[in-house]
Amino acid sequence: MSRHAFNLRRFWAIVVKEFIQMRRDRLTFAMMVGIPLIQLILFGYAINADPKHLPTAVLSADNSIFSRTLVWALQNSDYFHIVRQSGSEEEIRTLLARGNVQFVVHIPEDFSRRLLRGEQPSLLLEADATDPMATGYALSALDTLVNSAFDRDLIGPLSRLRVRPGPVELRTHRHYNPENITQYNIVPGLMGVVLTMTMVIITALAITRERERGTMENLLSTPVHPGEVMIGKIIPYILVGYIQVTLILAAARFLFHVPMMGSLPLLLGVILLFISATLTVGITFSTATRNQLQAVQMAFFFFLPNILLSGFMFPFRGMPSWAQWIGEALPLTHFLRIARGILLKGNGPREIAPELWPIALFMVLMLTIGIKRYRQTLD
Amino acid sequence: MSGEELVIDVRGVTKRFSGRAVVNDIAMQVRRGEIYGFLGPNGSGKTTFLRMLCGLLTPDAGEGVCLGFDFRTESAEIKKHVGYMTQRFSFYEDLSIEENLDFVARIYGIPRRKEAVNRSLETLGLVPRRRQLAGVLSGGWKQRLALAACLIHEPRLLLLDEPTAGVDPKARRDFWQEIHRLAAEGLTVLITTHYMDEAERCHRLAYIAYGNLLARGTVAEVVRSAQLTTYEVTGPNLWELAAKLRGAAGIEQVVAFGTTLHVSGRDAAAMDESIAPWRVGGWQWQPVASGLEDVFISLMDRAKDNFS
Ligand SMILES: Nc1ncnc2c1ncn2[C@@H]1O[C@H](COP(=O)(O)OP(=O)(O)OP(=O)(O)O)[C@@H](O)[C@H]1O
Ligand SMILES: [Mg+2]
Repeated sequence: MSRHAFNLRRFWAIVVKEFIQMRRDRLTFAMMVGIPLIQLILFGYAINADPKHLPTAVLSADNSIFSRTLVWALQNSDYFHIVRQSGSEEEIRTLLARGNVQFVVHIPEDFSRRLLRGEQPSLLLEADATDPMATGYALSALDTLVNSAFDRDLIGPLSRLRVRPGPVELRTHRHYNPENITQYNIVPGLMGVVLTMTMVIITALAITRERERGTMENLLSTPVHPGEVMIGKIIPYILVGYIQVTLILAAARFLFHVPMMGSLPLLLGVILLFISATLTVGITFSTATRNQLQAVQMAFFFFLPNILLSGFMFPFRGMPSWAQWIGEALPLTHFLRIARGILLKGNGPREIAPELWPIALFMVLMLTIGIKRYRQTLD
Repeated sequence: MSGEELVIDVRGVTKRFSGRAVVNDIAMQVRRGEIYGFLGPNGSGKTTFLRMLCGLLTPDAGEGVCLGFDFRTESAEIKKHVGYMTQRFSFYEDLSIEENLDFVARIYGIPRRKEAVNRSLETLGLVPRRRQLAGVLSGGWKQRLALAACLIHEPRLLLLDEPTAGVDPKARRDFWQEIHRLAAEGLTVLITTHYMDEAERCHRLAYIAYGNLLARGTVAEVVRSAQLTTYEVTGPNLWELAAKLRGAAGIEQVVAFGTTLHVSGRDAAAMDESIAPWRVGGWQWQPVASGLEDVFISLMDRAKDNFS
């Protein structure tokens, strides 16, 4: 097999063939351009991970300046939209159960009295937490809100009450995206997600298709080398990947006004590594599948942990440690950090280096498995 | 057989699929410039054998050379000089005829590629349709394209797996004309077929059933070795006669051929005894030479008794 080394001519034959086939397969091509567009619109416009103006009911048993201040503060924040201020316990409970309100704030009878005595009165907040994402931000905002609201009223002789620390400050100061615009976070991440999804499926299909259509038998009977086939099949899809990246970056810039703090060439360079790593997954999958349906199923299996555990959907630090371990093994996790770092923080090569080598390692591992498993016979 | 150059010389070739020997201890010698027919019923292991010869399947046992290279370890070299035409069309249906030929020409690194592709299109008579997608070609045209693609790198050995299945008689005749011309120029051809007339066009034959080699040699040798006695019967109510003869001692085959009946068996004495009652009643019994088909069916029946 040593005399039968990689041959550029044969490699080029595969590249040319793949390009022609890709051009003929209009549907797949349209999908590869369509998927990033659809996802951009879905994630960019429709999905908002930080919902505001959540319907809220306030039940106040204490008619004092302090309770009015609280209502006023809630009303003035973007998060709460007070839809009810009175009603029986029963009525309010129904509202919550039906989802007409997301929150119910109970102000107890002795609220102002205990506040003035410095007894740290309790506020009962009931939240419809079926969707934790929807309430998370609002809840953390409330904490700050309540404590600062009274600062205005607790003056003069009452100012001594302000000294005592209120409930713990949960809300974190937001660097880089102080306005907390979801799109800034989502759009760079989307680039990685779209690449992961399309690249894995498409390469897995490209090789499985040869087996399913029987053309593999012909290909294997020629002197072509597995490496020539694999790399020859990858090249056209790297190009497709860059088309997708261009689309997404253009949308990021012109539709969502995502800042581009760092170097674009650096980002494009990292993307080459990331696309290659993703393509090796597709190739390895194709060695294990018998038909195109299986290939697509496997690609989705891979896609799931990627989208859930990479920090795209949920904050990475909020995951249990076992999930973080899985996340660390995925190239998407590291790519997301790099892409967000370059775009939003203006990171340079030095800052992204620790995220580069895991992607490279992943690629080498996958490629080794892929070439080892690639059957040069029909056995 | 010494003196002459053997293009294929393998022994003991065996392939098992999940424990079942699909090709069992087969030896084959094919000389340069020979057209070697490879026959056998469906599922007898012909395709499997061809695949092993060109390195597509790994044999479980066997040794020998193909084109001077060890067929077990040097398949990369063998592939450069073999044209393998698969049983099922396996070129790219979404590529045009010309693009398919061009792809193959690139893979084999043919010098002056465009010329070679054009020449191939001309011999095929496909110049006006060169831009047509291979997928829209009719079955017969696909076969012709596949053959042209196998020949483009001027191989020294052709392995053809049922190249004429579904091809019309005229095209079939042209095909065989071409094969004989190539063989005369020194190309060796190993071809599988289910057609008896094609078998008779081969220089030599091998017949396998259930993975076992049952007969080989020239057509005459194969027929002789089977030692089959065949009668041609003419007369009234042949269909009823056939029903009565079937299953009688010594009678192995009763086959209707238009207005005649062919009755054959290996045990001539037993046969004569069984047919004695039917020699009267208007039936004429005429001893004839056994045909290749009679021989093959007889071989297959025997193989069934022995191996399954
Ligand atoms: N990859 C495989 N895995 C398992 N069994 C196989 C495989 N390929 C072939 N077989 C079995 O091996 C046997 C021989 O098949 P093969 O295709 O060689 O027969 P053939 O002589 O070419 O038949 P035909 O005349 O129908 O083309 C069949 O029983 C087939 O089912
Ligand atoms: Mg076959």
